[in-house]
Amino acid sequence: MEKVQAMRRTSIESVQATSELFRELVEHLRQSRTQLREEWAQRITEAQLLTAMSKEEIFAEATSVYDNYMEALKTGTFEALQAYARNLSERIIPRGVETREVIGIVLLLRDVLARSLFAKYQADFALLNRILDAYEPAANRIAITVAVGFVQERERVIREQQEAIRVLSTPVLQVRERLLILPIIGVMDPQRARQLTEQLLRGIRTNRAKVVVIDITGVPVMDASVANHLVQTVEAARLLGAIVIITGLSPEIAQTLVMMGVDLGKMNTVGDLQGGIEEAERLLGYKVAITGEASDHSLRG
Amino acid sequence: MEVPILKQGPYLIASIQSALSDNDMVRLRDALVEQVGRFRSRGVIVDVTALDVMDSFATRTLRDLGRMIRLRGADTVIVGIQPEVAYTMVQLGLTLEDIATALDLEEGLALLERKTTAPGNETSSRGR
Repeated sequence: MEKVQAMRRTSIESVQATSELFRELVEHLRQSRTQLREEWAQRITEAQLLTAMSKEEIFAEATSVYDNYMEALKTGTFEALQAYARNLSERIIPRGVETREVIGIVLLLRDVLARSLFAKYQADFALLNRILDAYEPAANRIAITVAVGFVQERERVIREQQEAIRVLSTPVLQVRERLLILPIIGVMDPQRARQLTEQLLRGIRTNRAKVVVIDITGVPVMDASVANHLVQTVEAARLLGAIVIITGLSPEIAQTLVMMGVDLGKMNTVGDLQGGIEEAERLLGYKVAITGEASDHSLRG
Repeated sequence: MEVPILKQGPYLIASIQSALSDNDMVRLRDALVEQVGRFRSRGVIVDVTALDVMDSFATRTLRDLGRMIRLRGADTVIVGIQPEVAYTMVQLGLTLEDIATALDLEEGLALLERKTTAPGNETSSRGR
């Protein structure tokens, strides 16, 4: 019993001692705020970090980071700092600031402060040790909080963009009764190729399509797996009773596909989208004729 | 489970209503190959709309069915393959190569109509 009380007393004492140290630490940071902040901003510039920002901006951000840093040390809570880190990331990510830079500046601040502690307490080694014991874990946690906040924000932005691309990427359009076109723009990866197949097959069913023109003019490169996927798409569409015409194969893609030995024998290919649609119309039995009436009007309008 | 085979004009229609065992599949194949001669049919439609799985045995049986019917002088169309089923099939490499396919029964009938009446088509020039 006595032992437990004694332990509790020690732990209370040590907590008090630690908070005492923190108070001293924060007091020190407050007193040397101007000098340390300048030193930090100076070192950021020297290390060529945050090159996307002007000197004034760096100084302004450095000030708020410094104050938030002090606040986190004082209160021992990291919520405010987390919120600030997120907010900061939101502002600097669009300007092209990299993870390396953010981690770099936080570590620089940690170094600058540690140096100032060394300078101040160099006479009393035992006290310096205790101060560093209190300071280091807190400083590390702050560094982690800011870095993780930045990375999370970055990942959120990436996720949002991926989602946006995913939604935009594969429209299935009906141009005529029973004729669908699928313009594909951008790089194809296996995930996108799979999604495309699913959308196409569903589109064939809902639009009762007989012919589908897949236009890949906007696809810069294609690897073997995506090419094979395209072949599979053509076959799956055939199982639903639809004919697929591929248009707009660039010379580069044609070369790669032949060099890789992808079997395109079953594929129906036409040079460009216009040719593809004409071929599709022929397959569907359409005959497009120029009447000479509407064109005059529409050209004038 | 027995698959009903309906005679519709010059065509036979087999509509699969539920998942079939391998035996049922073979029985369907044999029945169709036999009846196509008996009724002097020009085409056969197998409707698989109700199937949500097509394994390699079913696919092979359907392919064989198509070839046998071909030898008996008629055309085969498989109709109603679900998009998901089609996707799974091609991933497994089951592509029903030489068999005609159509979206649904209506399309299948239209396809047979075109095939059997097209000028120069061997099925239409065949004496009956």
